[in-house]
Amino acid sequence: MKKILSDIYKNRIWLLMVLPGTIWLLLFSYLPMFGQVLAFKKFRIHPDGFFASVINSEWVGWENFEYLFSTSDAWIITRNTLVYNIIFIVVGLIAAVATAIMLSELVNKKLSKVYQTSILFPHFISWVIGSYFVFTFLSTDHGLLNHVLSWFHIDPISWYSESKYWPFILVFMALWKGVGYGSIVYLASIVGIDRAYYEAAMIDGASKWKQIKHVTLPMLKPLMIILTIMNIGRIFNSDFGLFYQVPRDSGALYSVTNVIDTFVYRGLMNLGDIGMSTAAGLYQSAVGFTLVMITNYIVRKVDDESALF
Amino acid sequence: MPKKLQTQSSIALSQSTNDMKGAGVKILRKKYRDPQHLHPVVNTIISVLLGILAIMCIFPFFYVIIISFTSEESIVRNGFQLFPKDWSIDAYHYLWGMKAQFFRSYGVTIFITIVGTIISVFMITFYAYAISRPQFKYRRFFTFLAFFTMLFSGGLVPTYIVVTQFLGLKNTIWALILPLAMNAFYIIIMRTFFLKSVSESILESARIDGASEWRIFFQIIFPLSLPGIATIALFSTLGYWNDWFTALLYIDEPNLVPLQSLLMKIEANLEFMRQNMDVAIMQSSLFDTIPQESAKMAMVVIATLPIAVSYPFFQKYFISGLTIGGVKE
Repeated sequence: MKKILSDIYKNRIWLLMVLPGTIWLLLFSYLPMFGQVLAFKKFRIHPDGFFASVINSEWVGWENFEYLFSTSDAWIITRNTLVYNIIFIVVGLIAAVATAIMLSELVNKKLSKVYQTSILFPHFISWVIGSYFVFTFLSTDHGLLNHVLSWFHIDPISWYSESKYWPFILVFMALWKGVGYGSIVYLASIVGIDRAYYEAAMIDGASKWKQIKHVTLPMLKPLMIILTIMNIGRIFNSDFGLFYQVPRDSGALYSVTNVIDTFVYRGLMNLGDIGMSTAAGLYQSAVGFTLVMITNYIVRKVDDESALF
Repeated sequence: MPKKLQTQSSIALSQSTNDMKGAGVKILRKKYRDPQHLHPVVNTIISVLLGILAIMCIFPFFYVIIISFTSEESIVRNGFQLFPKDWSIDAYHYLWGMKAQFFRSYGVTIFITIVGTIISVFMITFYAYAISRPQFKYRRFFTFLAFFTMLFSGGLVPTYIVVTQFLGLKNTIWALILPLAMNAFYIIIMRTFFLKSVSESILESARIDGASEWRIFFQIIFPLSLPGIATIALFSTLGYWNDWFTALLYIDEPNLVPLQSLLMKIEANLEFMRQNMDVAIMQSSLFDTIPQESAKMAMVVIATLPIAVSYPFFQKYFISGLTIGGVKE
C-alpha cells in the first residue's frame, strides 16, 4: 500500500498531465460504454439522476434486440451499412491510390500542387454545405441536371423521391469528398519512397508502368493494409452527414439511405425509443469491435509488420 | 556524393537481381528516352483527367456563388443557371436584414472554435506527452485507456443520455465544445510524434539544470513540438467550425445555434428570421419576391468563404500532419 502511494507521489506530475484527458475519457467514452447496458433495460428516468435511472430501469433481457431484429429495418440498415462501406473501401482505395500515383507522376509539379489543393477542398467543408452543393444539381425545379435533361427532351426527375438513383449518388459523393484526403495520404507515402529503387528499376529497363507495378505499389502496400484494416473496423459505422444531409432526410429514400447511424439517431430523436436505439448502437459497437479484432488477428498471422496492434 | 552512392547501390542491386548482359545497352536507351518522365501523351492524358477531377471538386462552390448572385425571378423562370442574364445582390441585401441572428451564429461558431481548439490542444498534448515519457510508470495503462475508445464506442444513445441527463449540458455552449474536445486518434498521433521528436537527452540536461517537468514542458517541449501541435489544432479547428451534429443533438435554443446548424435548418430559419427582420429594410421593400433560393445559396457562400480562402494556406500543415505520426508504435 505504501509502495503504491509513493509510486503515485513519484508520478504525480504525469498523473496531473493525464488527469483532464482521463476525466474526459471517463465521462464521454467510458460512462457511455457503461450506459450500453440500457440495451438490456427499459429506460425510465429516475429523479435521483443518471446512475439511479440506469440502475433502477427494469431488466428486459434481449427484448430490445428481439424487437429490433423482428422489424425489416434491422436487415435494411445492416445491408445498407455493409454494402455501402464495402463499396467505399474498394472504390475509395483504388481511386485514392490511382489519383496519388497520377499526381506523383505528373511532369508539371506546379500543376500537381494546384490539383492537390483543388481536390482537397471537399474534405474541408461540412456535409451541410455539401448537401446544398448536391441540391444545386438535383433540385427538381431549378437543378442543373434536370435542366441538362431537358435539352434531350427528357422529363424532369424528382431526384429526392426516386430511390433508384441514390446508391450511385451516395457513392459518387463519398468519393467526391474522400478522394482528395485519401490520395494525399498515399502521395505523402510515395514521396517518401527512396529514389534508388526507381533508379535500379530503370537500369533494369523497367517501363514507367512496370516501375509503378513493382516499386510504387509494393511500397504502398503496408499503408494500404493499415488503412483498410481501420476501415474494416469501422465497417459498421457510417458517415452520418452523408446519409442524413445529402438526401435531405427524405423519407422516400430511406430504403437506400438508412444506415445504422441514421437509424439510431431517428430512433432516439424522432421516436424516443431509447431501448431499441441503444440496442442498435450496441449491435454496431460490438460487431465493429469483433471485426477489427478478427481483421487485425488475420493480418498479424499473414504479415506481422502490417498489423495495427 | 550521396547521389553517386545511390547509383552505385542501385547498379549493385540490378546486378544481383538481374542478368548483367545488355544492362549497359538498356541504360543508354532508357537515358535517351528519359525514363524519369512520363511519355508526353500519357502526361497530357493524366493532366486532363486530374484536371477534370480538380474542377469537379471546386466547381460546386463557384456554381453556388453564381446562384447567390442570380435574381430570384431568373431562378424561378430558368432555374439555377451557370450564366444567368439577371444578376442581383438581393440575396445578400436580404440576409443583411437578418444580421442579428446571422452575427449571433457566426459568433457562436467562432467562440466554440477558439475555446474548443485551445481546450482540446492542451488536453491532448498533456495526455500524449505524459504517456510518451518512459519515466511515467502507468503510461501503458493510460495509453490503453485512450486506445480502447478507438476500438469500442459508447454509442450515440448512451452518450446522449450522459451529456443531457448526467452532465446537464443540453442547450448550453459547453454541449458544443466538450463532446468534441478529445479524440483518442489525435492522442495516439501526438504520442507517436513526441516519441519520435523529443529526445531524452535534452530533457535530461534540463533536469540536471533543475528545471521542473512543467517548465520543461512549456519551455522546451511545446516550442519543439509546434509542428505537431499546429496540426492537432488545425484538425480541431476544422472539426469545430464544421460541426452541426452536436448542435443537432443538444441545441434547440436559437441563441446558441452555430453557423452550420443555422444553415441546416435554413428553410425554417428564413421564415423565422424574416419575422425578426429590421423594420427599415422591410419597409424599404426592395424585394418583389423574397429571394428564397438565392438567399440560401448566399448563406452557403458566407459560411464556406472563410474556409475556401484560408485552406490553401494551412493545407501545408494539414499534409505534414498526415505524415507526423503513424498509428503504429
